[in-house]
Amino acid sequence: MTALDFSTTLGNAWFPAPTFTASGCASSGRELSQFFDIKTMGGVVTKSVMLKARNGRATPRMAETPSGMLNSIGLQGPGIDAFLAKDVPFLVEQKARIIISIAGETVEEYSTLARKLRSVSGISAIEVNISCPNVENRGLVFACDPEASRRVIDGVRRTIGGELPIIAKLSPDVTDLVSISKGVVEAGADGLALINTVLGMVINLDTMRPHLGGKTGGLSGPAIKPIAVRAVYQVHAEMPQVPILGMGGISSGRDALEMIAAGASGVSIGTASFGNPTAVMSIQNELKDLLIAKGFTSLRQAIGYAHRPESE
Amino acid sequence: MAGINRNAAQIRANIIRNKRVGQYHQLIINIGDLAQTCRPGNFVAINVGGESSRMVLRRAFAISRVSTNSVSGGTMELIVAPHGQGSKWLCAQGEGAILDIVVPLGTAFGIPTEPVQVLLVGGGYGSAPLFGLAEVLNAKGCRVDMLLGASTASKIYAPMEGKRAVNSLRIYTEDGSMGQTGRVTEPIAGLIQDLNIAVIYSCGPMAMLSAIDAITRGTDVVHQCAVEESMACGIGICMTCVLPVADAEGNISMLRSCIDGPVMDGSFVQWDKVGKVL
Repeated sequence: MTALDFSTTLGNAWFPAPTFTASGCASSGRELSQFFDIKTMGGVVTKSVMLKARNGRATPRMAETPSGMLNSIGLQGPGIDAFLAKDVPFLVEQKARIIISIAGETVEEYSTLARKLRSVSGISAIEVNISCPNVENRGLVFACDPEASRRVIDGVRRTIGGELPIIAKLSPDVTDLVSISKGVVEAGADGLALINTVLGMVINLDTMRPHLGGKTGGLSGPAIKPIAVRAVYQVHAEMPQVPILGMGGISSGRDALEMIAAGASGVSIGTASFGNPTAVMSIQNELKDLLIAKGFTSLRQAIGYAHRPESE
Repeated sequence: MAGINRNAAQIRANIIRNKRVGQYHQLIINIGDLAQTCRPGNFVAINVGGESSRMVLRRAFAISRVSTNSVSGGTMELIVAPHGQGSKWLCAQGEGAILDIVVPLGTAFGIPTEPVQVLLVGGGYGSAPLFGLAEVLNAKGCRVDMLLGASTASKIYAPMEGKRAVNSLRIYTEDGSMGQTGRVTEPIAGLIQDLNIAVIYSCGPMAMLSAIDAITRGTDVVHQCAVEESMACGIGICMTCVLPVADAEGNISMLRSCIDGPVMDGSFVQWDKVGKVL
C-alpha cells in the first residue's frame, strides 16, 4: 500500500483532500449531507450569497444540453445575515471545511459582505464571485472588466485583513483571462477559481423564443471541461505560484487529474452532483487511486505536472 | 423551508417488469425496504443514458404506487411516457436492467384523518400517482371520485385495476375521442356542490392546477396539487425548479418543487406569478 499525501492548500488554508463542491451546486451542503459525510471531502464552497435576500430569475431556469446544461438562477438566496445565522452553524457542526462564496452588485457590496465575514469563525477561505453584473457600470459583468475586477478584490482585501485567503472566481468569457488573473492577484487575491460557467442560449422550438426565463444562461458540465482545462493551464503557466481551484465539467477522477495536471491545486465539482449526489466522493476516491496508480506520492507533485519540461 | 425527504437514498435497483400500456410504459422496480417509506406524491430521480451518455441530469418521475409485499420484496411502479431522450432510454430498458435511482423524494399528499369526500383530478399521465393515492384514501374510508382529462384518448392513463379504489371515474378529452368532450376542469365546480367535496387532489399540467385553484379559491375545499417544474437535480441543490409560494403571513418566496413540493397547498401557490420575476 503506497502512502499518498492527498492534502492541498489554497493560500494559507489547508485541506485534507483537494475535492470541493462548486458554488451554486451544493446549496449550503445540507442536502448533500444526507448522502455522504461532508467533512470527508476537501470542503464545501457555499452558494454565492449576496447582502440581501434575493428571489432570482424567472423560470424556466434550466435546459439540458449535449453533455451539459444551461442554468439561469440569478443568485437566489437568503441574504448574508440569514445565511450566517442558519447555514454556517450547520456546516461548522458537521465539521465541514467551509469556503464562503460572496457576490455583489457594487464594489461596496462586496466589501460590506467581507466585513460581515470577518468575525465569523470556522471559515477556511472566501470565494469572491465576480461573475455578476455591475449595476454601477451598465450591468457589465465585473469579471469581464479588468479594472472593476481589481477594485472588487482590493476592497475585499482591505476589509478582511491579511488572514483569510481570498479566491477570485473568474469568468471564461473574456479575451485575455491571464491579464485579468494577474490584475486580481496584484489586488490581493490569494488564489483563483477557474472557471465559472460559459454564457450560452437555447431556443425553444415550440415557442420559437429563448427557452430560459433569463434568456441567456451559464453552460456547465462536461461540455465545457476542455475550456476549463485550457484556462487553468494558461493561467498556471504565467503564475505557477498562485493556487487555482479548477472547475468546469469534472465528473470523474480522470477529469480531476487532468485539471490538476494543468495546474489546479484543488477541484470543484458542480453539475456532476446534480446527476449524482455522491459525485464528489466518487471523484475524490477515483482521483486518489489514480494518483497512486501513476506513482505520485503526494497530490502536490501532480499539480501542474503537464507543464514539466520536454526532457522529463 | 422544508428539508430534503429524510428517507431519500441513492440505490441501484432492478427493473422487474417493463410493459407497454398504450402510449405509456409501466415499469416495476425493486426498491426493497425503501418501498415502506414511499408515500403517494413522492417521486424518484433516475440516472438515464448509461455511462457514456451525453445526458448529465437525472429524470424525475412520480411514483404511481408501491407494493411492500410482492414476490420480489418492495417495489414501486412508474408510468412513463417515452417522449424525451431520457424517458425513451428508460422505456427501452429490459427486465433485469439496473438503474441508479434516488428515492423517495419530495413531499407527499396529505391523507385526511377522518373519512371525507375527495375528488382526484388528473391530466394526461399526471393521473399515474392518483391511483396509488386512491387506494390509500379508500383504505381510510374516504369516498373517492376521479376525473381524468387529456387532449386525446391515447393520452389517458386509466388502468382497469386502478378503478377498483374509486367510486366513480369520468374521462374528458378535448377532441371527444374518449369520454365526454371538453376539459377535465369543467365539471369540478358542480361536483364540489353535489358531492360535498372536502379535498381535491390534483396532478397534471400547471394550467390545469391553476384552473382548479381558481375554482376552489374562496371555498372551504382544500386543494392539494402536485406541481410540475423542470428539475436538474431533484435533491434541492440546483435551485432551478422553483415557483412562487406564499407563507401563512403572505410573504412570497421561490420554493423548490423538489423539496417543498411536488405536493403543495394550491391556495399558497402564486399561480399568476409562475414563470415571472418576483
